[in-house]
Amino acid sequence: MREIFRYIKKNKLAHLSFYILIILYILAIFADFISPYPYDKQHRDTPYHPPTQIHFFDEKGNFHLRPFVYGYKLVDPVFKIYKVDKTKKYPIYFFTEGEKHYLLGIFPTNKHLFGVKEGKIFLLGADNLGRDIFSRLLYGGRISLSIGLVGVLVSFSIGALIGGISGYFGGIIDNILMRLSEIVMSFPGFYLMLALRAVFPITLSSVQVYFLIVIILSFIGWAGLARVIRGMVLSIREQDFVLAAKSYGASSLRIITKHILPNTFSYLLIAATLAIPGYILGESALSLLGLGIQEPYASWGNMLSSARSISAMASYPWILAPGIAIFITILAFNLIGDALRDALDPKLRKNL
Amino acid sequence: MSLRASNSPVLSIENLKVSFHIENQIIQALKGISFKLYKKEILALVGESGSGKSVTCFSILKLLPKYASFSGKITLNTQRASIENILSADENTLRHIRGNIVSMVFQEPSAVLNPLLTVGEQIVEAILAHQNISREEAKDKALEAMKNARIPEPERRFYQYPHELSGGLKQRVVIAIAIANKPDIILADEPTTALDVTVSAQILKLFKDLKENFGISLLLITHDLGVVAEIADRVVVIYKGEIVEEGDVFEIFDNPKHPYTKKLLESRPKISDIV
Repeated sequence: MREIFRYIKKNKLAHLSFYILIILYILAIFADFISPYPYDKQHRDTPYHPPTQIHFFDEKGNFHLRPFVYGYKLVDPVFKIYKVDKTKKYPIYFFTEGEKHYLLGIFPTNKHLFGVKEGKIFLLGADNLGRDIFSRLLYGGRISLSIGLVGVLVSFSIGALIGGISGYFGGIIDNILMRLSEIVMSFPGFYLMLALRAVFPITLSSVQVYFLIVIILSFIGWAGLARVIRGMVLSIREQDFVLAAKSYGASSLRIITKHILPNTFSYLLIAATLAIPGYILGESALSLLGLGIQEPYASWGNMLSSARSISAMASYPWILAPGIAIFITILAFNLIGDALRDALDPKLRKNL
Repeated sequence: MSLRASNSPVLSIENLKVSFHIENQIIQALKGISFKLYKKEILALVGESGSGKSVTCFSILKLLPKYASFSGKITLNTQRASIENILSADENTLRHIRGNIVSMVFQEPSAVLNPLLTVGEQIVEAILAHQNISREEAKDKALEAMKNARIPEPERRFYQYPHELSGGLKQRVVIAIAIANKPDIILADEPTTALDVTVSAQILKLFKDLKENFGISLLLITHDLGVVAEIADRVVVIYKGEIVEEGDVFEIFDNPKHPYTKKLLESRPKISDIV
């Protein structure tokens, strides 16, 4: 593992991406502490509130050590146009008290990293119901960022095992499993996803939906991997140490899981890193269409669904924030995946 | 000869034929060979490359590839197991034999050890494949096997990876895996070919001691007559899939009958040729 980090460090972009991802995951894990508001807290009086600017200098040019935000006044309720009200100043407090939550799901506390006592603070603006987009982005990150990892874990376990069994035993088993994977692969992924989602009832709890999405995405994702792993297993199983393991009486399953599959690990790691974005996008796509995580729970996908109307997007561009979050995450994963591939798989190295 | 008189064979091979089907071609690797291995005996199977030595070895554990077809009879009859014909045994029986009653030492220790697992892990795995004991007990047994294979500092080596060991040590690890379950028979497929001369002498000494201390019968496959002279009790000479000569090691060296054996003996460099 240490070696892998060394490879990542060598590539500047990948190194940067690595830290960006760590920050994103930390933000998501501590979402309820870092976010000033709960994800479902509505401020009906301030729909489409623009991002509040944080000031150190007031209108007279005086410096304040404690940053503050100005009050905003809704001047046009129809087009949701706000005006900065410079007469009202709300200082920002750190470790302030707010809504009660459970830190890491265990420790009950009402402390939040920052917040204002009066007035409102919307770092990335508010959506149509006046919910803080920054807070929702953090909560949504929990779903969007974890679904990639969980999905890859599930589908790669299935794919590696099926590929391993297929390559190791060969013959009829190989034929059946590989034709099966070809069937799965020959469906257009997105329609298969929609069709699978349509099989299940539309109203499910958010936890059920979460696992449903994982299962759907894994069902589509295992096939391609199984084929590649099968190919690798075909060559690894001819190695002497597999014969040796057989000669001391190891069972087939043990040979596959303990001797053959670990030798495909470097490929699995690269493929997994490059596959995670697919899962994040898959969840986003389902949620965007209203088939994934349901309101009021936040995911980057269903947050983006409010940006579907071009007029809303044009007037309130901050509702695209989850799109940027998706973009950054996916770019980071791809850059790391590329760096890993260059490092661990010399055969694929680009000769530029 | 006294050996044979006092003993019944632990392994007897009768009329073993093996052929390979490769792209519509049938290659006869073994054309009906028969020999016997007795208890506490080192039998050398000698022959050139491609003569069918290794195929014989793999047949005994039924580790032949799928495209091989075979006939004949391999009877196992040791204290711990007796099987009428290994070639017709089912997979469960075979797994019980492999590594437990009959184990194998390979030619290339670097290729035989899994590079991703520690040495200890691989010995423990071999033990747990046959004995229903806890990992701690298996570890103790693994350390004992390592000691018996004369691995210095077994406690430290236990946690090392194969690439951290020298070739000789790796071969000792392979031997430790082979003797971990206290087998009755060891099949050694050119165990010293990949090692240099001094190390190979130590390994041969180790085999000899294993035979003396544990009563293990050893089928030693080699093309090196030096090795044969060093440790073998009896010799079987195999040529193009057929046994051409069989006998006591002194008999063969002093009085080779078959022209191939004569050639084989002549091919050894002699000091008198050089001086």
